Amino acid sequence: MPGGMSGLGDMDELYEAIILDHYRSPRNTAAVDEPDIDLEVNNPFCGDEFHIQLKIENDAVSAIGITGRGCAISQASASLLAELVEGKSSTEVQAAVDAVRRLLKGEEITDEETDILGDIEALGGVRKFPVRIKCALLSWVGLGDALKEHLDG
Amino acid sequence: MSDSTLTAGSRVFDIDAIRADFPILQRKINDQTLVYLDTAATSQKPKQVIEALTNYYEQTNANVHRGVHTLSIEATDGYELARTKVAKFINAVRPEEVIWTRNTSESLNLVAATWAEANVGEGDNIVITAMEHHSNIVPWQHLAEKKNAELRYLAADEDGLLDISELDSIVDSRTKIVAATHMSNVLGSINPIAELANRAHAVGAVILVDAAQSVPHMPVDVQALDADFLCFSAHKMLGPTGIGVLWGRYELLEVMPPYMFGGDMILEVTYENATWNDLPYKFEAGTPNIADAIATGAAVDYLTELGMDNVWQHEQELTAYAMEQILSLDSVKVLGPQDSALRGGVISFIHGTIHPHDLGTALDQQGIAIRTGHHCAMPLVRSFDVVAAARASFYIYNTKSEIDALVNGISETERYFSRCPVA
Repeated sequence: MPGGMSGLGDMDELYEAIILDHYRSPRNTAAVDEPDIDLEVNNPFCGDEFHIQLKIENDAVSAIGITGRGCAISQASASLLAELVEGKSSTEVQAAVDAVRRLLKGEEITDEETDILGDIEALGGVRKFPVRIKCALLSWVGLGDALKEHLDG
Repeated sequence: MSDSTLTAGSRVFDIDAIRADFPILQRKINDQTLVYLDTAATSQKPKQVIEALTNYYEQTNANVHRGVHTLSIEATDGYELARTKVAKFINAVRPEEVIWTRNTSESLNLVAATWAEANVGEGDNIVITAMEHHSNIVPWQHLAEKKNAELRYLAADEDGLLDISELDSIVDSRTKIVAATHMSNVLGSINPIAELANRAHAVGAVILVDAAQSVPHMPVDVQALDADFLCFSAHKMLGPTGIGVLWGRYELLEVMPPYMFGGDMILEVTYENATWNDLPYKFEAGTPNIADAIATGAAVDYLTELGMDNVWQHEQELTAYAMEQILSLDSVKVLGPQDSALRGGVISFIHGTIHPHDLGTALDQQGIAIRTGHHCAMPLVRSFDVVAAARASFYIYNTKSEIDALVNGISETERYFSRCPVA
């Protein structure tokens, strides 16, 4: 019963139903065989840590697996990321990473980007809780950096 | 103002009167009355301490040990009186053994960079415990690496109590210093400092006590502990931030090299060299934190009037009650000793399904402030196979009804996160 909890104030803005759904049932948690990108990201301050694996074929993400532990926001964010990037080209993934960064920082995103992000827009609620922004960003920043390294390398 | 009129425990421990001294307890957080359960991070300040600061700046402000004018003399007297109050509070032999620093971390670093730098050599060892704060780990790691010395750990047992069964083999003839926390900031465990001191002294080593979590909460007597160095911060004991204490045995401090160089710490300077000032000024280079030292004196007065035995008793009652209430929640596991008599008023806990940060945010929405994360003790927290924990900690101004609010808050949070997603 969103909004019905006494004293839990603005919680629903942070924990939208879609966030709770991804938190409870994270997508793409299976390990990837012979991954092209295999990285660990962690935020020791929070105690969030994720293992992200990607297979890239013909410049498209053919498989992604994310496992780890963290708060509801970081877990839901990682799951949403996994759902989004599957099948996308590296350019599209980089564009999505960039759009998510701007979304979480409260900057403008275009209508086209809003369409691409879809459910991910629910992460925007984190803006009212500044200390939690890094939870939502963790997997995105890690993937963005790793992908860049992969393409450059 | 004189401390000579203060009798320990002269004030009745009246919780309502105590709470009325803390203006911040009137604040609303997210439209709820503040329930402050994060004293282990920093304590709130009574108006007596806040007024000591404003009075100093409004009536006395001047530099110390320099001028012959009235304000400078008053500032110097206030600064030194505060030192005397602290010395008496921990039963130091003499006030010159009390060195003002910025905080516990600086006190620990001072000892590592001076006494240990001069006394630890290749092949020697430094012994700390598995339950230290990062600030009592990292300086020793750095020193051990630099000196090619060994850093050894006394382990914690399954209950979170210090395992001293192998104390005699771990602390050996090559041990130069044993550095241990008096009370763990994560587990609440109280460590047997006198036993550690006994063993350290038997092999000719010194013992340093990180008393950041003990001096604010229980009677601490440096002579009874047989300590050589003891470090704590004012801000965890009703005082301001930015000031801490290093207490050391006079004869050790006297032969230690200076830590920082500058004004006030020198006796005589020529163009070629300088000689060091007497204790405690040798370790207080530059204009010191006068206002905060004086306010620390006010904090010590406040605690002295309540009586540290009464402070400790109040916290023991709260801790026993909190352990009982928190452990009544099936979903919660408490780290550290399960027996409340073996711990102080710091309770770290893990929820079965809710991450500490989600819990912290949800409790904050209900006006309840707790700490979440690794508590600056990452190796210890990880040893429980978790990456973060929630922590509630108590002080003189906390009540049983605030603990009820915490427990209710956890239950509310459970209900919130178990609701069915509409998606």
